[in-house]
Amino acid sequence: MKALRLPAGGRIDRSRPLSFKLEGRELTGVSGDSLASALLANGIQVVGRSFKYHRPRGVLASGIQEPNALLTIGTGGRRTPNLAATTVELADGLVCERQNGWPNVDWDLGSILGLFSRFISAGFYYKTFMGPTRGAWMFYERWIRRTAGLGKATHEPDPDRYETQHHHVDVLVVGAGPAGMAAAVAAGRAGARVLLVDQDSALGGSLLNSAVGSTDDHGLRQLTAQLAGLPDVAIRVRTTVFGLYDGETVGMVERREHAEVLQGSAREVLHVVRARHIVYATGALEQPLVFGNNDRPGVMLAESVRVYLNRYGIRLGEKIVVVTMQDSAWRTAMELAEAGASVTLVDGRESVDAHWLERARQCNVSVRLNALPEQAIGSPWVSALQIQSRRDGQRERLACDLVAMSGGWMPTIQLTTHTGIRSVFDPALGVHVCGNLPANQSVVGAMTGRPLGSLVEAHRIGEQAARLCGAVGEAGESTTVAFHSAPLMVSQSGHPISTHPKAFIDLQSDVTVADLDLSLEDGFESAEHLKRYSALGMATDQGKSSHYNGLRILAARRGMALDVLGTTTHRPPFTPVTVGALAGRSTGLHFRPTRRTPLHHWHLQHGAHMIEAGLWLRPWYYEWAGREVGTAYIEEMRHVRRAVGISDVSSLGKIEIVGPDTGKFLDRIYVNNFSSLTVGKARYGVMLNDDGTVLDDGTTSRFGPHRYFMTTTTAQAGEVMSWIEFLLQTAWRDLNVHAVSVTDRWAGFSIAGPLSRQVLAKAFPQADVSGEKLPHMGVLETDWHGTPIRIARLSFSGELAYEIYVPADSGVAMWTHLLEVGAFADIRPYGLEALASLRIEKGHVAGIELDHRNTLDDLGLGKMASRVKPYVGQALSQRTDLKAADRWSLIGLELIEPAGKLRGGAILFAADDPIQGHGRGYITSVTWSTVHERLIALALYQGGLSHQGEEVVCAFPLRGEQVRARIVSPMFYDPSGERLHA
Amino acid sequence: MAMTNTVSGSGTISSNAMLRIPCPHCGLRDYSEFRYAGDATKSRPGLESTDAREWHDFVFLFDNPKGAHREYWQHVQGCRQWIVLERDTATNRVGSAALARDRGHV
Repeated sequence: MKALRLPAGGRIDRSRPLSFKLEGRELTGVSGDSLASALLANGIQVVGRSFKYHRPRGVLASGIQEPNALLTIGTGGRRTPNLAATTVELADGLVCERQNGWPNVDWDLGSILGLFSRFISAGFYYKTFMGPTRGAWMFYERWIRRTAGLGKATHEPDPDRYETQHHHVDVLVVGAGPAGMAAAVAAGRAGARVLLVDQDSALGGSLLNSAVGSTDDHGLRQLTAQLAGLPDVAIRVRTTVFGLYDGETVGMVERREHAEVLQGSAREVLHVVRARHIVYATGALEQPLVFGNNDRPGVMLAESVRVYLNRYGIRLGEKIVVVTMQDSAWRTAMELAEAGASVTLVDGRESVDAHWLERARQCNVSVRLNALPEQAIGSPWVSALQIQSRRDGQRERLACDLVAMSGGWMPTIQLTTHTGIRSVFDPALGVHVCGNLPANQSVVGAMTGRPLGSLVEAHRIGEQAARLCGAVGEAGESTTVAFHSAPLMVSQSGHPISTHPKAFIDLQSDVTVADLDLSLEDGFESAEHLKRYSALGMATDQGKSSHYNGLRILAARRGMALDVLGTTTHRPPFTPVTVGALAGRSTGLHFRPTRRTPLHHWHLQHGAHMIEAGLWLRPWYYEWAGREVGTAYIEEMRHVRRAVGISDVSSLGKIEIVGPDTGKFLDRIYVNNFSSLTVGKARYGVMLNDDGTVLDDGTTSRFGPHRYFMTTTTAQAGEVMSWIEFLLQTAWRDLNVHAVSVTDRWAGFSIAGPLSRQVLAKAFPQADVSGEKLPHMGVLETDWHGTPIRIARLSFSGELAYEIYVPADSGVAMWTHLLEVGAFADIRPYGLEALASLRIEKGHVAGIELDHRNTLDDLGLGKMASRVKPYVGQALSQRTDLKAADRWSLIGLELIEPAGKLRGGAILFAADDPIQGHGRGYITSVTWSTVHERLIALALYQGGLSHQGEEVVCAFPLRGEQVRARIVSPMFYDPSGERLHA
Repeated sequence: MAMTNTVSGSGTISSNAMLRIPCPHCGLRDYSEFRYAGDATKSRPGLESTDAREWHDFVFLFDNPKGAHREYWQHVQGCRQWIVLERDTATNRVGSAALARDRGHV
């Protein structure tokens, strides 16, 4: 096929050449080219190899329905596979490569697969690799993944930026062809806020396919000028509406030009648009004809050939056969003839409008009526088309270097079905049109399935849309330009279906008529089954050039009308969307929020290594204690046990609870009694879920008759707050209680160690922190230079310890003050690792044991449950199975073999059990015990402490380890509590 | 924007369908400000009830209706109120929303 860039014409700028690279080869295009038009102008005919059979493929189309010309574009982190070259604007310096060929697409050894095609037909994967022969999959997968496939993505990080924007508009017009532009003009004039979007780089839609200076072009200029005068009509080109979601929420992606991106613009912008009214003007897509070897390079869609001629100034082919069933291709034929090509026109209809025959005679176009294409001849590219007369069966070979085919036009209705409104088949029009839309969605233009003609209707609908949004302005008259008018689709019922073994329905998935027949033979008869069995319509183009022919042929084979057959379901996205666009800025650190305590920067400046704990960043360990966590936390533990340490516990959930019924409320939500809690005291409490499992633990302090302060674990803070709000707002409206989260209002520190009281006494000389005034579980309020301070004598570590709460903005000052006055006692900060290890030694459960599966008894807390008052979760906590003696419950473990390791998650077996299956329990938490100088652990074990003293095997299959340990009490440290009561 | 922009016509879908929830306190807000919290059609047994069967049915047994449904949503990123929302599970059409505290059930 010869491709000739004409000396003039088209919507390109020949004075601005652009250079680009195809597999290292330097090529040149011009400004305004698509990558596909530039490749064609450079004589590149084979643009890829087909998915299954590795057949050579050329450009089929000029837009989003392109199934063949999928290229990998860009290098390094910008490398993007599977982009349709027909939708990529050529940019200077663009680098691209073709896909799915080895060693290359021009000479592809994989094409030998074509010879074995009967073994890789529809259902190949199912038949070969499922069921009894499934093991074969493992063997073949590697080879198949390499052979059948698309381009390869990059593993490098994407250097570009992606943004998200939200919009609220009155009228959203999807598609800026003539109808969409007219609707936007009318709605804008009437006074609505309008957003007009189009996936193309320019306004005009199908009008861009017509020659500059033509009637269509005249209309385009008129509409463009009208829009320019309307300030409330916003226009976005290069913007694809990819999905319609509930509530008229529309997802669209805007692609910025490469040059803009290099200057710092976002690569793509995700626009989330909430529209009060949607006008669809998405046009129609031309469909191929199904005949033998219809996938040969040089067989193209007729309108696309016209696009390359009129928009890109390229005349494809010298000797052209235009083959069609309907009128639009006749215009293509005439224009190609006028551009100097030798054209033969084949039409399947018996007769056509007389004026076309007259035009054909004038343009010297030779015409064959009532004839159908049988097969394309020539390899690798087309050299002739064999046709057959429907009247006498005579065959004829028409020598050519280009076949321009048209099987009619499918309305682009995909978006309208995204929210579940099924399309309907219109027998009169011969196509599927959109179903019964709600009154705030309308359809204009070719998408209705009807020929366009004038813009009066589109204008009226645009005005009506504005009126529904309350606009009252004058919409005026519509543009009077008359547009090309022809039916979109002509019924092909009665036409024979190709018997050629390589008559393709879906070029991208390599599905032929023979594959469809095989699916039927194998019992996959419905449209949905056919799709899944043969992969018809499942490729990146989502059947935009195969859906219609697949349904049409399936219906014919089954002797059904298309409206009875039904259709497959279209789902978002309409065209492929990059994950980058969907992610927007939510990547890396911004993937989720980061919560920092008021002391965050102090920690960083003082040698803290931070660790993520849920959303929080908390100090893990400090460098004063060592460079590695494994040694540092042990040093920090020792320091707490022998002197005093200070730790940031600001991430604990904190809830201020006030009101006269708070005691009653706490009685209901905690398993233990709280109404007896006196002012100046704190109490440890446990909450259950409704199902009787443990929800959370924490302390609540009473600072006044009606003032309480609850703390929760870091992990469950949000959950507990919502739960309290739920109960107070629904079930327990009888209680006069108000609860508010104050987690971010207070900084919290734990000061622990035998010298902690002395530090406190120095820090707050005005407060009496003596053992008599502030005993274990005592609380007091004081102040420090006017800043309110709350002190609670609570211990998580088993040492004499206090929790101190100060308003968040005084956090650093108070922390620094405590370190200064504590210098005499060598007070040092300790991190989360030591904090957690100290509690393991003391046998306290924490988040990892509170996993919503364990009961009070499982965690050794059964004695806390009140027998005299009801509480949440009580009823279901009494279920027989939750009371069973062999439940997995809390134990301590001591490592017996000094060389081994205890590991979190290790599976526990009794000493003489076979090491297989789920065992009898597992280790939840492990630490080095500074007291026992060995590894210890908390674990859940079948039967729990009834097995105290027995040996177990801790298996860690991931590392092939098995070590022996002994079951002991989980209270490894100071079981009588002498130290914390000191 | 008016929340009552309900459309006649086919009547199958209204313009104030899902993704935006009319919070009685804060007005029409994106659903991402809310947390979904399950079935609001059941009544919670009284705290004193020790009837395990009654609690079992409340905690574990849920209908999965196609069509009209009432659900709890909490406006966690707004007023923190628990809301009972009417939603059609088949069409995602949102009906009225009321504060859970204003409703008569327990």
